[in-house]
Amino acid sequence: MYKYIIRRLLVFIPMIFLLTIIIFALATAAPGDPLTGKKVDPSISPEVYEQQREELGLNDPLPVQYFNWISSFAQGDFGESMFYNGRSVESLIGARLLNTVYLGLFAFAITLLVAIPLGIYSAKKPYSLLDYGGTAFGFIGLAIPNFFFGLIAIYVFSITFGWFPAQGTTSDPNLTGAAALLDRLHHMVLPGLTLALAGTATYMRYMRSEALDVLGSDYIRTAKAKGMSERSIVFKHTLRNALIPIITLTGYEFGVLLGGAVITEQVFNYPGLGTLFIDSITNRDYPVIMAINLLLGVTVLFGNLLADILYSVADPRIRYD
Amino acid sequence: MGDERNLLMIEQLKTYFYLDENRVAKAVDGVSLSIKPGETFALVGESGSGKSMTALSILQLINKPGKIIDGSVSLDGMELISKTDKEMSKIRGNDISMIFQEPMTALNPVFTIGDQITEILRKHKGLKKKEAHNRAVELLDIVGIPRANEIIHEYPHQLSGGMRQRVMIAMAISCEPKLLIADEPTTALDVTIQSQILDLLKEMQEKFNMAVLLITHDLGVVAEYADRVAVMYGGQIVEQTSAKQLIKEMKHPYSKGLIQSLPSFKKTQSRLDAIPGTIPPAYDFPHGCRFSARCPFVMDICTQSNPELIEAASDHHVRCFLYEEGGADIHETASPAAK
Repeated sequence: MYKYIIRRLLVFIPMIFLLTIIIFALATAAPGDPLTGKKVDPSISPEVYEQQREELGLNDPLPVQYFNWISSFAQGDFGESMFYNGRSVESLIGARLLNTVYLGLFAFAITLLVAIPLGIYSAKKPYSLLDYGGTAFGFIGLAIPNFFFGLIAIYVFSITFGWFPAQGTTSDPNLTGAAALLDRLHHMVLPGLTLALAGTATYMRYMRSEALDVLGSDYIRTAKAKGMSERSIVFKHTLRNALIPIITLTGYEFGVLLGGAVITEQVFNYPGLGTLFIDSITNRDYPVIMAINLLLGVTVLFGNLLADILYSVADPRIRYD
Repeated sequence: MGDERNLLMIEQLKTYFYLDENRVAKAVDGVSLSIKPGETFALVGESGSGKSMTALSILQLINKPGKIIDGSVSLDGMELISKTDKEMSKIRGNDISMIFQEPMTALNPVFTIGDQITEILRKHKGLKKKEAHNRAVELLDIVGIPRANEIIHEYPHQLSGGMRQRVMIAMAISCEPKLLIADEPTTALDVTIQSQILDLLKEMQEKFNMAVLLITHDLGVVAEYADRVAVMYGGQIVEQTSAKQLIKEMKHPYSKGLIQSLPSFKKTQSRLDAIPGTIPPAYDFPHGCRFSARCPFVMDICTQSNPELIEAASDHHVRCFLYEEGGADIHETASPAAK
């Protein structure tokens, strides 16, 4: 097992290296640079503009630029933002990353808490009212774009009823303790639901079909013939088996949650990684774009490793030796 | 024999599957049989004849769209059909247990052997974790599993098919049931393992004084292990008698067909005699006798109405017009109809 994990981690090195090349190539292939917008500003003379480019290293050949970036990156230096006047990328990402992680975990918790029971119940009572309701919710959830659901949620729950705040992470930064936590959660409800929507629908559909398969299996018939209670059959014998494929999905979910947050955060003006990402793309702030992209890539890699490890824990037939 | 009380009584059991608005599959259609304590009752028939459905109906493990619509199943005089699922769960695995055809898939892949045996002991016998564990090791030992102490911590995928079937038997006998239903317990196993498993079942039956309802399509197994036997066709019993009597004299044309379709060492054959045609689907039985379309002795009356199960000889029941009052004697006059 440990050998397997170490082997997987070693494979990450070339993968991450490849990822940096792709990310760098894509970022520089986009037209313009951080100073493009300033060219039209008549108060800046072309000489200053040129001098700025030179200072930022934007006139160097691309391989040199890449090498400069990757070598400082390898030393743990993510570089400086080209837009926010030299603030370090770490300081820009740091606080926002935490906000996004909170939101992602919150959404993931909603997904699991709604999708798993609903999926199991639908499988237990197929073609019941709740099953049809769940199916309808599943298709609607997958069909509605994130931003649209977010806007409707704001209109209904924020503007019309006034139950939840429409934006930000807190209404009073001076709160402490439990009050601060509650305030934070209160702010996360709408963006959390929005972010969780598509995932919940997907997981529920998977859970339903897996549980339906398992409930029809021979070993469930054996469990029934042994006189096991309904509870034991559903929550012990069925759930454990039906969750195995779901675990594989969770590996991707980490990346999806961080990536999906880009749009949701924008809609709710939530100060997370997503808003920073959009801003830095608009401003062509390469170091930030590349750092966030890389972070997403690494998250997906580690998410998958984690899923594979959990997979072997849940299913004794899977052994990594 | 007749005055001995019955352990299990099935009367006019009907289990139908409501496939859609127009089609009703009569998987079990008026089956009656009784099993005495400690005896082995064999239920014989080809795939789709309703033998497994009869067994599952006893435990009320029929899945939708199937439903037991009529009849009675009683154990020691206690009616089971009217019981709720919760009440039945106290009987399943405890008074009546069951082992299945496919040992490869009948055990839950994500739990250890020990876990799967102890849960039944804890549920029905109320044993503590430790007691249940010790008893499970004992049980594995009884069913002839070597290194029971280690195997108990292993998962089903680590065992062979024969071993898994032994684990299933250990589970089935764990609460010392009065009746063990064995649904083709050796069909999926190697020939060499088959007799081991059947001998083990016989041994357990004697040790715990269980009755066994043995479902099989193998008449050799019936001859060797069964006391009584019922032959099923199209959801109905077509012949019922003692195993000895059946082997000596098969009366129903279907039973005769079954034995003729077995390969024999005595005569050299280029082809096996198979019963022509296939079993009709349970939602579309032919009018009259359900075997009439495949029967070599078919008469006019056979396509008009379905015969009743009659006592053709002492303790030998047959569902066939050939044996009814005034029916032709199969041995003298009836000859196989041209195919």
